[in-house]
Amino acid sequence: MNSKTAFYIIKRILLAILTVWIVITVTFFVMHAVPGGPFMSEKAISPAAQAALEAKYGLDKPLMTQYGTYLRDIVTKFDFGPSLKQRGRMVIDVIGDGMKTSVKLGVVAAVLAAVIGIVLGAVAALRRNKLIDKIIMVITTAFVSMPSFIMGSLLLIIFAIKLGWLPANGAAKGGLVLPIITLSLYPMAYITRLTRSSMLDVLGQDYIRTAKAKGVSGTKIIFGHALKNSLIPVITYFGPMLAYIVTGSLVVERIFAVPGIGRAFVSSITNRDYPMVMGTTIVLAVLIVVMNLVSDIMYKIVDPRINLE
Amino acid sequence: MEKKEKIPFTMHVDLEAFIPATEEEKAYMVQMRKSSTFFRDGVKRLLKNKVATVSLIVIVLITLASLILPAVWPYSYEDMLGVQPGKPVDNSYNNLSPFKYGTTEQARIAAGEKIFPHVFGTDASGRDYFIRVVYGTRISLAVGFFASIIVLIIGLTVGSIAGYCGGTVDLVIMRIVDIIYSLPDMLMVILLASVMKMTLGPVIEGTVLEKIGSNIISLFVVFGVLYWVSMSRLIRGQILSLREQEYVLASTAAGAKGGWIIRKHLLPNSISVIIISTALQIPNAIFTESYLSFLGLGVNAPMPSLGSLASDALNGISSYPYRMIIPAIVISLIVLSLNLFGDGLRDAFDPKLRN
Repeated sequence: MNSKTAFYIIKRILLAILTVWIVITVTFFVMHAVPGGPFMSEKAISPAAQAALEAKYGLDKPLMTQYGTYLRDIVTKFDFGPSLKQRGRMVIDVIGDGMKTSVKLGVVAAVLAAVIGIVLGAVAALRRNKLIDKIIMVITTAFVSMPSFIMGSLLLIIFAIKLGWLPANGAAKGGLVLPIITLSLYPMAYITRLTRSSMLDVLGQDYIRTAKAKGVSGTKIIFGHALKNSLIPVITYFGPMLAYIVTGSLVVERIFAVPGIGRAFVSSITNRDYPMVMGTTIVLAVLIVVMNLVSDIMYKIVDPRINLE
Repeated sequence: MEKKEKIPFTMHVDLEAFIPATEEEKAYMVQMRKSSTFFRDGVKRLLKNKVATVSLIVIVLITLASLILPAVWPYSYEDMLGVQPGKPVDNSYNNLSPFKYGTTEQARIAAGEKIFPHVFGTDASGRDYFIRVVYGTRISLAVGFFASIIVLIIGLTVGSIAGYCGGTVDLVIMRIVDIIYSLPDMLMVILLASVMKMTLGPVIEGTVLEKIGSNIISLFVVFGVLYWVSMSRLIRGQILSLREQEYVLASTAAGAKGGWIIRKHLLPNSISVIIISTALQIPNAIFTESYLSFLGLGVNAPMPSLGSLASDALNGISSYPYRMIIPAIVISLIVLSLNLFGDGLRDAFDPKLRN
């Protein structure tokens, strides 16, 4: 790693921190711009009770003070305050509970997408313009243009309702299978196409021809030279893939009633549970920003020739 | 005509060269075909591309159907058929299967009257489902189209200013773009949409905007705030490379002002890139709208959009799966054909991008 790479990494980390700070700030002020405050939807309460509630949650203080406290609590204690609708619970606990299921869902979906996508992409590239390549390309095109909620609903109708092979409820035993498949199909299709095009690119390079001329065996060329180099662009997709999985899990968890963070987020929006909405947005945003950072830095380290500016 | 021997180096003029042309000879000079323009070439290339042509036909058909059918269809998207003034609610109209009729309609059919069938049945509130799908398609298409136009206008303005001015202006704008670009867009969209939904309602009450609905407006605002960045990046890049061209220098030397150069030289030369990326923006916007509608942040009820129809269908999915499948097919068809058509446009109009 030379000084230029190090400089790039430092710059990238600073941008990530700035992004996270902006997300927190935007989220805070946007949520506080809502007229009426969080207790409006409640039944009519006396002014005294209202004042007591506001004092309890620190809503009577000036906005900038609230903002300072909020920011400090997040940075020092990772504390997003109490949930308004789930009385007696802290936002971070609710998020943590949901994360247990959602992380399982997301990680398995991501690994599945990466493994199958790379294999299918390599197969398509090596059998270019053959029948198998065409089939793979048609299927992936269809998957790429199908919104996740439609994919999920169709899988639900086919495998849970018509065939009855898998449970429709995500909380049941084996209930995570369908949500995982739903979440992984789009990134899988995308990775397949990415691997295919970058592999085709690599296979046309001079060093592959040199290797062939030296008499290196076909398998060794594919695994030793071609695959390794064609995976570099795939690394950059890891960040966006996580972003897709996070946003996709919002609808997938709704469709399959998975008790994860996505469902908690959606219901907190409909419930107007402001601290919950803010907390979840920030946690998920940090996750995405960090993942983008990691995949960018990995990309730079793996292939220092690339200029990311 | 006999061939005469040519005598070099004489002052004798070959008179034959001055004989008026015969009709036959004139015919050679007639322009058989108009010289082609860039645009016409592109259209020709586009029409040669079968996938793109079929996609275009699908898009045109769907658009026309969504515009015309609601006007001629005997049912409306918001009429609950079981609810008649002065009578108790007739529940037989709720959740009708395709081509089935409610009790009063059956009585009228028995009396020899012809009743227009409910092609896709009715929904849980007794509304004709076919017309809801058609109307939802119209809303989704309109949202996609206008959102892309908003993105285009903002991206175009900011991008061309950044690219043309350069220096500090460019630096500041591009840092802002960088930051917006690195924000997790979907999360911000959800956040803004959910907040604007509550804030906008009272503000626009009683105005024309109320008819459009606070949710759609907030969707447009969200698009305007977040999605212009990639468009402005693209246009800035185009302008940066174009403004180094000689004809821009010539124009500057002739005393042209900045706005003139942007309008007359830089934009026309980057128009194909602009059109292509706008076309590819539309399916994206439709995607986002349906996603938000599915989460309950889309259009205001009773107005349907394809996303909200799918979302509503989720509640009765085990009994009425077709209510999910129909909007699902329509939305996939629209997004797929728009994407394929956009790809075709790119291949036809931006030869540089072709390999």
